[in-house]
Amino acid sequence: MWTKAWPCLPRGWDRLPGRRAVSLTVRKHETLPVRTDQDVARVRRVVREWAKEFGFSLILQTKLVTAASEIARNTARYGREGKALLEAVDNAVRFGLRLIFTDTGPGLKDVQLAMQKGYSTNKGLGLGLPGSKRLVDEFWIESQAGQGTRVCMIMWK
Amino acid sequence: MERIPILKWGNFLLVIIQVDLHDRLALALRDDLAEQIQKTGARGVLIDISALQMIDSFMGRTLGDMAATAGLLDAETVLVGMQPEVAITIVELGLAIKGIRTALDVDKGMALLAKRLGSSSREKGRVPDRTEA
Repeated sequence: MWTKAWPCLPRGWDRLPGRRAVSLTVRKHETLPVRTDQDVARVRRVVREWAKEFGFSLILQTKLVTAASEIARNTARYGREGKALLEAVDNAVRFGLRLIFTDTGPGLKDVQLAMQKGYSTNKGLGLGLPGSKRLVDEFWIESQAGQGTRVCMIMWK
Repeated sequence: MERIPILKWGNFLLVIIQVDLHDRLALALRDDLAEQIQKTGARGVLIDISALQMIDSFMGRTLGDMAATAGLLDAETVLVGMQPEVAITIVELGLAIKGIRTALDVDKGMALLAKRLGSSSREKGRVPDRTEA
């Protein structure tokens, strides 16, 4: 499964000696389609349910749901065949929720640029990507023009 | 199609958001609100978001747009009842909801609107209304 080859690695992972990957155990998972407005609303609802179920604080719940909403909207708006994979994971030390958004849309020409505050191609505020990154513990985006986009985020409990 | 009701209360319009505000619903509310302000001549709009569990950048922008549109139609907007975790999250997200007043609850929001409208109508008594010229 690609998630094993491409886990959501901690910030600065590329500077770690030997680029050690972190192994995660998936306790529960669910895949949701992300194509329409209603799908985005459902992602919000389900992420909220999961965060509640696993005992995240109200603030962490709200941050995770907000970040999920931002990314899900991008997936629905720009992507094709958008999907959200929700996973309850643990790395033997901590428990977390991992959300992976994938699509086969046009992708981003320049990921670095898209991560800058204020960058938008669609009259938006350009807050979605950099803002979401600030809201969660780990955030990883991978995209290539013409090949779609994958966004992975983890909120640790 | 699903719609958020807009209630008329004296000079004010009252909007209580009690459902998850998905994008199309938010845009419909923005348009309905402008229409209702024009139709009723309301001078103030009070939007109760106490049941809203999150505000992301799109919703924030739409709320800002509502206030800006209402402003152009000579109505003041007050956002009331924002949950503390929502406030914390939108600040961290980097979202600035500009040109919109906030109050802790409906009572305080109403008081704020009444005060603002009271003082602006006094000003209007003294200074001729330029927009009517």
